[in-house]
Amino acid sequence: MKKGYEVVIVGGGIIGNAVAYYLAKEGQKDVLVIEKNYISSGSTGRCAGGIRQQWDSEANIRLAMGSVKIFEGLEDELGFPTEFYQGGYLLLAHTPEHMEWFKKRVELQRSLGLDVRLIDPKEAKDIVPYINTEGLLGATFCPTDGHANPFYVTFGYYKKAQELGVHYLIGKEVAGIEVRESRIRAVILSDGSRVEARNLVNAAGGHARDIARMAGIDIPVNPQRHEILVTEPIGHLFDPLIISFKQGIYFRQELNGGVLMGYGDPEEPWSYNVRSTSRFLFNMTKKVTEVMPILDQVRVLRQWAGLYAMTPDAQPIIGGVEEVEGYYQAVGFSGHGFMVGPKTSELLAELILTGKTSLSLEHLSHKRFKEGKGKIEKAVI
Amino acid sequence: MQGIDKRGDPIICRCNDVTESEIVEVIKKGFTDIEEIKRLLRIGMGPCQGRTCIPLVMRIIARETGVNVDEITPPTSRPPIIPIPIEVARKAAE
Ligand SMILES: Cc1cc2nc3c(=O)[nH]c(=O)nc-3n(C[C@H](O)[C@H](O)[C@H](O)COP(=O)(O)OP(=O)(O)OC[C@H]3O[C@@H](n4cnc5c(N)ncnc54)[C@H](O)[C@@H]3O)c2cc1C
Ligand code: FES
Repeated sequence: MKKGYEVVIVGGGIIGNAVAYYLAKEGQKDVLVIEKNYISSGSTGRCAGGIRQQWDSEANIRLAMGSVKIFEGLEDELGFPTEFYQGGYLLLAHTPEHMEWFKKRVELQRSLGLDVRLIDPKEAKDIVPYINTEGLLGATFCPTDGHANPFYVTFGYYKKAQELGVHYLIGKEVAGIEVRESRIRAVILSDGSRVEARNLVNAAGGHARDIARMAGIDIPVNPQRHEILVTEPIGHLFDPLIISFKQGIYFRQELNGGVLMGYGDPEEPWSYNVRSTSRFLFNMTKKVTEVMPILDQVRVLRQWAGLYAMTPDAQPIIGGVEEVEGYYQAVGFSGHGFMVGPKTSELLAELILTGKTSLSLEHLSHKRFKEGKGKIEKAVI
Repeated sequence: MQGIDKRGDPIICRCNDVTESEIVEVIKKGFTDIEEIKRLLRIGMGPCQGRTCIPLVMRIIARETGVNVDEITPPTSRPPIIPIPIEVARKAAE
């Protein structure tokens, strides 16, 4: 291994690998990625792979739309399959308040150029015939939303970054960061070795706060367990990913036929716990059959859990910080870092290389919390 | 023992229809960690939870990469132990 690198990236999830790729693509190949387990072992390899552009905040909508554009050509760009599939996202409203909120959201999304519309229960049933429309008031549908295979996408970025000359250190943990005269100098590994770094990218997912702390920076990012399960493969039932805000659930059918489903438990404390519970299995199956009764007959194959990296406004923190020169981060994705990963990573690489970005990241800056500017993203599940 | 597919390639993961040469191919591409191979090929993710295929995959990795089988940790297994119908799970909540 070399003594030092221009850029050291901590974390081998979608963000770490994609930032490495975009840096190398733009000519900066003096890059090292450090991953303590294996590539995609963090939240990325545990996520549902959903890709939606129907968000509340302009920043999230723009990042997701930019990422969909990248996803559309990613297979060719990386020379690796991604299983990107645009089956749409169907969001369900069961209360007048949710309908009002849906209307406002659609208006903003359309003003930003997104192909999305408010539909009635009958049309929702045309799109997904097996859906229970009892008590349903309306829905929104965006046909260009969809999903991709998180492993394939991450492995694709990883392989291409390697091909372009990026170095990897897998199975090594970052234990400390050296900062002198307010500038990043080096990272220290848990085996005591030291790697010099001119720039550092914190892409540590659920562990991002610990990495920031090593550089003397406090970020409001907290880990929270989210559970998920998948059924045995069944015949094709429906195309879109379905979100029902009434039950607080999402579910989608994978290309191989299995149905993936999850929900966020508002009572879940901050912790690194990623164990599965029978409570989740029982509640999840109950909630999903309220929305799609036919699933009663299907068998659950596996369940697991991963971390959401939550911020106070449920929006990511992307960019540098004022306190430490050479420190960059793309953290706190609050449960939607896979879908915005490509555009976010491209922009972060652009910022590191040129000092500016082609899409403003001001609303996602670290500063916003001090200035009290964050607008809360409500559409998180 | 295992089945053989049409081209005479042994099927290692019967649940998800993955053959020996497909496994060897991803190892040659540089994916030598069993967790990576599992996720690329969906081995061990079928109804048998990998009971049939994981030991075979470990042996192939050992052979192709020149390590001892004992040095390979099998991937984490995920609950439930046997597939459970949604209706049964749902009623357990009541
Ligand atoms: C159940 C579930 C479902 C989800 N569904 C979706 C979805 O449908 N769509 C979507 O867009 N998002 C979804 N998400 C969120 C998404 O998974 C994350 O936002 C995204 O994967 C974050 O990527 P990342 O690269 O920042 O972090 P990670 O993938 O967590 O990568 C961080 C890496 O850093 C490594 N690391 C940490 N500390 C250190 C250290 N000290 N030294 C070295 N390495 C270290 C970790 O091992 C890890 O591999 C879901 C999350 C969960 C848990
Ligand atoms: S044979 Fe591979 S999962 Fe069952």
